[in-house]
Amino acid sequence: MHDAHFLLTDLLFGFSALLAIGLYIGAVLLTNGRGRLRKWPLHRSFSFVAGVLLAVMAVVGPFARLSHDDFTTHMAGHLLLGMLAPLLIALAAPMTLLLRTLNVRLARKLSRLLQSSFVGFFTHPIVASILNIGGLWLLYTTGLYSAMHTNIWLHIVIHIHVFLAGYLFTISLIYIDPVFHRFSFTYRTVVFIVALAGHGILSKFIYAYPPAGVPVEQARTGAMLMYYGGDAVDLLLIFILFKHWYQSVRPRKLVLGVGKTV
Amino acid sequence: MTTIHNTQVQSNNRGTFARRNLWSGILFGLGFVAFLDETLFHQLLHWHKFYDKSTVAVGLISDGLFHAFSWFATVGGLFLVADLRRRDALWHKMWWGGKLLGAGAFQLYDGIIQHKVMRIHQIRYNVDILPYDLVWNISAAVMIMAGIGLIASAKRDKREGKGAFSNA
Repeated sequence: MHDAHFLLTDLLFGFSALLAIGLYIGAVLLTNGRGRLRKWPLHRSFSFVAGVLLAVMAVVGPFARLSHDDFTTHMAGHLLLGMLAPLLIALAAPMTLLLRTLNVRLARKLSRLLQSSFVGFFTHPIVASILNIGGLWLLYTTGLYSAMHTNIWLHIVIHIHVFLAGYLFTISLIYIDPVFHRFSFTYRTVVFIVALAGHGILSKFIYAYPPAGVPVEQARTGAMLMYYGGDAVDLLLIFILFKHWYQSVRPRKLVLGVGKTV
Repeated sequence: MTTIHNTQVQSNNRGTFARRNLWSGILFGLGFVAFLDETLFHQLLHWHKFYDKSTVAVGLISDGLFHAFSWFATVGGLFLVADLRRRDALWHKMWWGGKLLGAGAFQLYDGIIQHKVMRIHQIRYNVDILPYDLVWNISAAVMIMAGIGLIASAKRDKREGKGAFSNA
């Protein structure tokens, strides 16, 4: 890839990011103006903007150019684009915002789409995990990683995939937006553990067997960043998942009333 | 009057959630040991290695699964504690029994299976490893025995209406 390519990706990703932020803020302002609706929580808007900015930071400008030559920077970008940004965006509940922005007819259509088996397939925890973690295994253990550096279209497709797969993975495990195909906490926890293990094992695999064209030292620091950085983001996800469990098993009655004898 | 009433209810709650107390302890103990292992031996002392070349493939998988599981165990175990507390059902003896059992079991697995059989890494490098292995595994066995002892004692308390159940 050379300068003209970077200009293309800068424009493509930069424009999409600005568009996403514009649409989100626009929808927030529009629906906040409708008296019958509650005000959209400010933290969700912050979360969305932060998520999009972190994602776009990984694929645009100096950071993207540096990750092209330096594996450790590339890995920092992966953590932002594929893990932290999707989490922040999921926490911003974009689908809920969209549903409250659309008129009833369109919102019903969207809700039917969300109930479809197509959406159900891609938001299935196992499918989303395979797309996410499996995609990473393909990228780092085959020639795909070096091919990505010479082919601009591959570069674009892979980066979009990393983000989308990360987003699907996040929303398949923690339910912020309305979810029509739901899985139990136990089911999601088990899938999550295996997926997280797949991420950790891949990190150590990269440490031991650097991808083609990556110097050993860079592969090692990059792999350790992937391992521990992944842990940090996953800790947030696990915390949210269990917090939802904690809220869902809240005792209905006052604790003192539970006793057998009075 | 109210005090007696409250302790009675608390005893009942403990009895109802005995298994949850035990499992919360086991999970937290396991996660806690894994966390100490990572912080103390990997990060602060730099005794353990991130990867050493003698690791067998199944060792990487085992290490990955346990590492992932330990995060869930730590966070999940603590949320269970919060749940028991809000139900006024936290039973310290049972919980600590579980914690020691979980901690010891993981340490023994790490020390025997992961370090020795799968060779994911050694406790320390360029030293005579035997004393390290002995301290590691014997302390694990002691924790397991202490844990089982506490759990048995907690069950006896419940059966005979002693300790945490003396007001029941």
